[in-house]
Amino acid sequence: MEISVTINGTTQTHDVEPRTLLVHYIRDVVGLTGTNIGCDTSSCGACTIHMNGESVKSCTVFAVQADGEDLLTIEGLADGDTLHPMQESFRQCHALQCGYCTPGMVMAAVSFLEENPTPTEREVRLGLEGNLCRCTGYHNIVKAVLHCAAGGER
Amino acid sequence: MIPAAFDYLRAPSAAEAIAALAEHGDEAKLLAGGHSLIPLMRFRLARPAVVVDIGRLDDLNYIRDGGDHVAIGALTRHRDVETSDLVATRAGLLGEVTGHVGDPQVRHRGTIGGAVAHGDPASDIPSALIALGATLVAAGPQGSREISVDDFFTGFLETALADDEMLTEVRIPAADGARWGFEKFNRRAQDWAIVGVSALVRSGGEVGVGLVNMHSTPVRAAAVEGAAAGGASAVEAAELAADGCDPTEDLNASVEYRQHLARVLTRRALETAGL
Repeated sequence: MEISVTINGTTQTHDVEPRTLLVHYIRDVVGLTGTNIGCDTSSCGACTIHMNGESVKSCTVFAVQADGEDLLTIEGLADGDTLHPMQESFRQCHALQCGYCTPGMVMAAVSFLEENPTPTEREVRLGLEGNLCRCTGYHNIVKAVLHCAAGGER
Repeated sequence: MIPAAFDYLRAPSAAEAIAALAEHGDEAKLLAGGHSLIPLMRFRLARPAVVVDIGRLDDLNYIRDGGDHVAIGALTRHRDVETSDLVATRAGLLGEVTGHVGDPQVRHRGTIGGAVAHGDPASDIPSALIALGATLVAAGPQGSREISVDDFFTGFLETALADDEMLTEVRIPAADGARWGFEKFNRRAQDWAIVGVSALVRSGGEVGVGLVNMHSTPVRAAAVEGAAAGGASAVEAAELAADGCDPTEDLNASVEYRQHLARVLTRRALETAGL
C-alpha cells in the first residue's frame, strides 16, 4: 500500500506492506536510524517519536496508520547545529550513559513538557514512565528535564 | 517480531467497517489505536487475515454531556478521557483510572473502545466502568443495541460483541458529587496491575466496586457492594473482596496473594472513597 508521511518536515511516499511497523519503516525504508528498537514489546520507549506533536511508541504503530500524518524523529529536533533545549539540557546535565535510550527519552521528555511545562520531580518521573534506561541513569535524566523546564540556562 | 501478513482495509465509515466484519467474520479484526491488538499480532498470538482500520473515524471520537450520562465515543483516546473536564466533573473515577493506563505514549494512541472490546481482565478501565455501572453501545448490521457492563465481559478476552458488531460508545451514568478510590498494585513502572480496584461511592451512598485481574474477566465485587449497602464499614466490606472470584496464579502472584491484595486494596479504595 502506498503511504505519504511527513517526517521532519519532508513528505515522503513509499509502498509498504500493511504489516510494516512504523519503526521499521522509519529506520529501514526512510533510513533515519536515530530512532532505536529496544524491547520490541512497547515497554521500553526507545522507539518514541512524535506523531502530530504527541509522543508515541513507533514499534506499536503500523506504517499504514501514519499515512498522511506529521512525524518528528530525533533527527528533526535540533535547529541545524543548534540543539533543541531538551538535547542541550541532557548534554549539560550528563543525562546519558550508554545513550541507547536517549533518543526516545528526549522525544518523550519534549512531549511531556509540552503537556506539563512546569512539572514537579514526581511528575517528571511519572511522565517518563514509558521509557526505560538500563544504565538506570534516571537521576540525571530527571534533572535534565527539570533543568529544561526551568529555562535551560545554567 | 513482525506480525503475520494480512489484508488491510481502511474503513471510511462505521457502516463500512461493520460490512467488512459481516463479510469476513472472525477472520477480521478491528484496529483502533492498536495498543492491544498490535502487541498480540507481533507475538503472533493473533493472526487476523483482515485488519479493518477504524482509527480515522473521527465521528466516534467525542466526549459529550448526555444529561443523565456522559457519552464517550469508542475511538476517544485515553489522553482525552484523562484530561477531560467533563469526565473529571461527572465521571471522575474514569478520568483517574484512565490516567493509570500504560504510560503517556500508550495513552496518546490507545482508545477507550479498544481497551474495553479487548476484554482483558488485567485492564484498568473496565474496573471503573463496572463501579460506575456503564452501558456499552454496539452497532451491527441490524442497528445498535445497548449492553450493560455486567453482561459485556463473557470470558478471557471474550465479550458479548458478535463477530459483525463494533463498540461505538461508552455511556457512564453521571456521578456528580461522587467520591472514589483507585488502587493498582504492580512491581514495575507502567506494568499491568497484579490486582487493581476501582471503588465509587455515589452522593446518595450507593457503592460500586470493580476488580482488575481477579477473575478470567473484569469482575464486580458484588459481595462488597452488598455489605456496604447493608451498612458495613470499609474494613468489614473489604473482607469480602475476593468472594466469588477465581483469580489465576502466575509469576507475579499466587491465588492466595491475589485474594489478599484484593482485600487490602479494596479497603484502601473504599476508605479513599469515603465509605
